[in-house]
Amino acid sequence: MGGHSDASLPVRTGFLGWLNKRLPVDSFVKNQLTDYYAPKNFNIWYFFGSLALFVLVMQLVSGIFLTMHYKVGEATAFDSVEYIMREVPYGWLLRYLHSTGASAFFIVVYLHMFRAMLYGSYKAPRELLWLFGMVIYLALMAEAFMGYVLPWGNMSFWGAQVIVNLFGTIPVIGPGLVEWIRGDYGIADATLNRFFSLHVVAVPLILLLMVMLHLVALHETGSNNPDGIEINDNKGKDGKPLDGIPFHPYYTVKDIFGVGVFLTAFCFVVFFMPTFGGIFLEKPNFEMANAMSTPEHIAPVWYFTPFYAILRAVPDQQLGALAMALSILCLVVLPWLDRSPVRSTRYRGWIWKLALTLFVVSFVSLGYLGLEPPSPLYTLLARIFSVIYFSFFVFMPLYTKLDPVKPLPARVSYDHG
Amino acid sequence: MVDSHISADGLRRPSAAAVLAAAFLAFAWLGTSVAVAAEAEHAEAHGEAEHVDWQAWKAGNQIRDKASLQRGAANFANYCASCHSLKYLRYERMAKDLQISEELLRKNLLPAGAKPTDYMMAHLASADGEAWFGRAPPDLSLITRSKGSDYVYQFLKGFYVDDSRPTLTNNLALPGAAMPAVLSDLEGVKAAVFSTGGESGHGGGLRVERFEQVAPGALTAAQYDSFVRDTVNYLDYAGEPSQIERSELGIWVLLFLLVFTGLTWMLKKEYWRDVH
Repeated sequence: MGGHSDASLPVRTGFLGWLNKRLPVDSFVKNQLTDYYAPKNFNIWYFFGSLALFVLVMQLVSGIFLTMHYKVGEATAFDSVEYIMREVPYGWLLRYLHSTGASAFFIVVYLHMFRAMLYGSYKAPRELLWLFGMVIYLALMAEAFMGYVLPWGNMSFWGAQVIVNLFGTIPVIGPGLVEWIRGDYGIADATLNRFFSLHVVAVPLILLLMVMLHLVALHETGSNNPDGIEINDNKGKDGKPLDGIPFHPYYTVKDIFGVGVFLTAFCFVVFFMPTFGGIFLEKPNFEMANAMSTPEHIAPVWYFTPFYAILRAVPDQQLGALAMALSILCLVVLPWLDRSPVRSTRYRGWIWKLALTLFVVSFVSLGYLGLEPPSPLYTLLARIFSVIYFSFFVFMPLYTKLDPVKPLPARVSYDHG
Repeated sequence: MVDSHISADGLRRPSAAAVLAAAFLAFAWLGTSVAVAAEAEHAEAHGEAEHVDWQAWKAGNQIRDKASLQRGAANFANYCASCHSLKYLRYERMAKDLQISEELLRKNLLPAGAKPTDYMMAHLASADGEAWFGRAPPDLSLITRSKGSDYVYQFLKGFYVDDSRPTLTNNLALPGAAMPAVLSDLEGVKAAVFSTGGESGHGGGLRVERFEQVAPGALTAAQYDSFVRDTVNYLDYAGEPSQIERSELGIWVLLFLLVFTGLTWMLKKEYWRDVH
């Protein structure tokens, strides 16, 4: 309904009155912020959603300014990045904000996804919310990969070679598909130009649209919480959830504090260790792309390495690429694999806790192994952890049913924090 | 209200996060112990004799040591700039960052015909370089970023006599290096005594038992070492001229953020006072 017809909205005159007759500003703020109730028992894990949004905005803004100085093209790209680093006023800051921001984005998104697993946030009725999140994650991977190619360093070049060639393992259409993606017979000028276009226009549009849908879906179902029970099941006489508090001002002030903590750690990296010991910006990428000189050890950036380790763990390249694709897609179907009657790990039994622990250990270990050059011991470990990783999903319908769950509380637990 | 951290029998149980963290640490510890044990076994099997651990040499850059950077700039101009460019760095910018006056810049560092606003290009045409050395001497703007300062330090101290090479010298850090030992006037000429059988050392590099001085140089060993350190320090600066400004600005940014975060914490506390 139009804002002007709601008695609970402030009476506006003048410009704001004029505006609200034409645009539902007041009713939007009321419905989505001041009268949108969120559970009061959010803990530290609940900072990462708003932080992901913050990092997205930071990437968009720093990206806009980088685009003003970056010169796409295989002859100019590398030099223009050094031009930004040395001659553009605070260009080094823009570049490091953007490059560190890419890694920060994945850190907060992985923690955000883990939160969903810890408290069963993907379970009904929030499956679609999870699916939108997964599309965001996939778009983010594409965005990060193509952005990584743009500086046209030697690792950009060879990393792109390896990743794009994975599409060549698809039966029948593979070779043609790879050529279509590259626009050439190798990673070349045409590839760089299209990746630039996709990185600065197409994928950011998808990301923004999906983030909006993610938020709309969230506000429709309401947030889950660490206890995994619905706050809307307990409403007071006024129809407000007893365990809920208005998002604004309570969670806005809390999330701003979260941004402060995040920025402190983030800026420490940006200003004092922007390459993060060669993990965020790799040494070979300070040499220009060179088809004649392969880096000693090609590895993707850290946020792809768990999947890369799975790829390498499989002896057959085609099956390896399939396993890698499946390892990402497993996450998509999580809401339908999990048959537990409760959401939160707090009320699940030892089987789930063990399974989730093994999953986290295998994910982190695969991430480490994917960064390292392969050795017989590491390949063996990567195989063991790959099996654990897939077992987590494959046996989930079974063990979540067997898992001895605890009775759910009637109300959320909240101690003054 | 049910406190999730108290189980039915009234005992406190660790939170899920704590259990996960503990399990992860246990796994990490197990993995590390296995790796360390394997490494120790490897070392034992190969026998660790006395040797020159040149791969452990560190450049130890002091990016704030302006005097060292100035000496490095002079070293580079005198010994490197004929063949090697720093194509992303302008003379003027370098002089400003290193607090070198324009007068000194023009007198000592600027090659004939160059303007202060020019990029620091080699005097040697790269085609000539390719004809003379087999490959054009590389631009060194980003050498410390792509290979690391320690590598450049090891390279500049890693020349030894090798009659099988056209340059009559070889290099520990870059075997088969096309570059002749242009600093041998300063360092002198040294021969390397390798372990019998040419066994590989750590990381697969050459294993050197000791060096033998064949001919003396103009500098003592200590003087040459500081010469190389200054030069590498300067190359590190040239790899990222904004790094000095970066860390200086970073301190103020972090101070601001600490105050900002403190204030937002107090704001949050104040608002949440009425949440029960």
